[in-house]
Amino acid sequence: MNPLNGEAVITGVGQSEVGRRLGRSGYDLTIEACLRAMHDAGVDPDDVDGVATYPGARAPVPGMTGAGAMQLHDALGLKTRWHMGTSETAGQLGPVMSACLAVATGAANHVVCFRSVWESTAQHGGDRASALSRGSSRATGVFEWFGPFGAMSAATWVGMLASRYMHDHGLTREQLAQVALICRRHAAMNPAAIYRDPMTLDDYLASRMISSPLCLYDCDVPADGAVAVVVSRRASSGGLSRPPITVEAFGHGVAERHTWDQRPDLTTMGAHDAAASMWEQTMLGPGDVDVMELYDGFSYIALQWIEALGFCEKGAAGRYVEGGHRIGLDGERPLNTQGGQLSAGRLHGLGFLHEACLQLWGAAGERQVVPHPAVVVAAAGGGPIAGCVLVSIK
Amino acid sequence: MSTTERPAERYLPEPTWESEPFWTGGKQRELLIYRCRACGHWFHPPAPACWRCRSQNVGPEPSVGTGVVAAFSVNVQQWLPRFPPPYVVAIVELDDEPDVRVTSNVFGCEPEAVYIGMPVIVDFEDWGDVSIPIFRPQDSL
Repeated sequence: MNPLNGEAVITGVGQSEVGRRLGRSGYDLTIEACLRAMHDAGVDPDDVDGVATYPGARAPVPGMTGAGAMQLHDALGLKTRWHMGTSETAGQLGPVMSACLAVATGAANHVVCFRSVWESTAQHGGDRASALSRGSSRATGVFEWFGPFGAMSAATWVGMLASRYMHDHGLTREQLAQVALICRRHAAMNPAAIYRDPMTLDDYLASRMISSPLCLYDCDVPADGAVAVVVSRRASSGGLSRPPITVEAFGHGVAERHTWDQRPDLTTMGAHDAAASMWEQTMLGPGDVDVMELYDGFSYIALQWIEALGFCEKGAAGRYVEGGHRIGLDGERPLNTQGGQLSAGRLHGLGFLHEACLQLWGAAGERQVVPHPAVVVAAAGGGPIAGCVLVSIK
Repeated sequence: MSTTERPAERYLPEPTWESEPFWTGGKQRELLIYRCRACGHWFHPPAPACWRCRSQNVGPEPSVGTGVVAAFSVNVQQWLPRFPPPYVVAIVELDDEPDVRVTSNVFGCEPEAVYIGMPVIVDFEDWGDVSIPIFRPQDSL
């Protein structure tokens, strides 16, 4: 049962300037990415009638949102029929899924979906890395259960889960390193990536520990930047600049309690639920996927997605990436061809779909996978937060 | 070096209606965990209904306070000025019910000594209006 029936397509993508401490407002970066996406699609802003974004105008930590849906609306004088902006959805790709439903039902024709961050500038002058830290004087929400114990960053939350996976399934640090190493190798071919210098396994193993077993290079790099994707109704996609990319299916499912520590099997994540619900929507299967663009806010999360999406047996993700050959550009199933968030920058989720589309269009430049892929999966979120999208080009 | 003693600072919780027993039970040296009085199962974090049988007849009861380390991380990065690393953050499975877990600290041993499956027992740190449940190795007693 597929709620989209091929009616939702992606017609354009855009990315703002991306970097460290750009000294530009997140709002400004948002507008740049959205205008570029509309231009890429060949959709006139006057024809955009929907906006969708994560997490919306407000975020608990400075730098985690550049703008809300209505700020984009206001800056560009849009006239919309549908909009949303929230963090309470299937991770950072959730708004794309909502947009797909909106166009498939005819609630909108062209929805601009965006995600913008300015964490690097927000942290300027501070020594805080990517901690989702203190927005108030007392710990509330998910922080109520972690902050009191000094677990101020998702690095520690993910570190705990990774330790259990290592214990149960024999994952080694050398295997985990392959995610970071392949991202760096791919980033060297992405002019927009933040870290492009070569990195070796020795570099990885020599880097300082953040929260065991995760070292510095297991953690993505806070960035300033915005990404936008235009989701269109197929019937409205004729005559645009690029061939439409079909959203075959999306994974929005949540089957277990939405917590970081109560999932019965601690060696799985929400990714497993999301992936299962995606595969229920389509006749395609893991074997049809040519390229994987998988969330790597921490390297271990990418391994979770590989396993959740069915590219390997349970517990075998470490062996799947062993040596890095399978996940390289010329490998059996390339991973994070833009360099991931680990090396290209923490664009927080939507960057994976952006890259998936470039690969499908054959527009990825030096890092283009050949032959051009036909089916790509993009996934975002870690812990209980998870969502994935399967996209294809005919 | 290890943080086995009370840090000078914690990011204290803002208790909610449901979580207040968890954060204050330590005053009476009790680890209060929600339990369903209809089906008898425990659950955490607390909620106004049992997620298994959906009964609203739920409330805090004293846990036996022992468990095992199900997962852990030695946090090395300093996040808080007066909570110096390294320190262990662990997911502890309570003996009351195996899939009921409390994320907490394991103090009272070197961080390197913590392992998955380690038996631990609750202890409490009083911080004004709240009492923070932490865990220590059972064999340290």
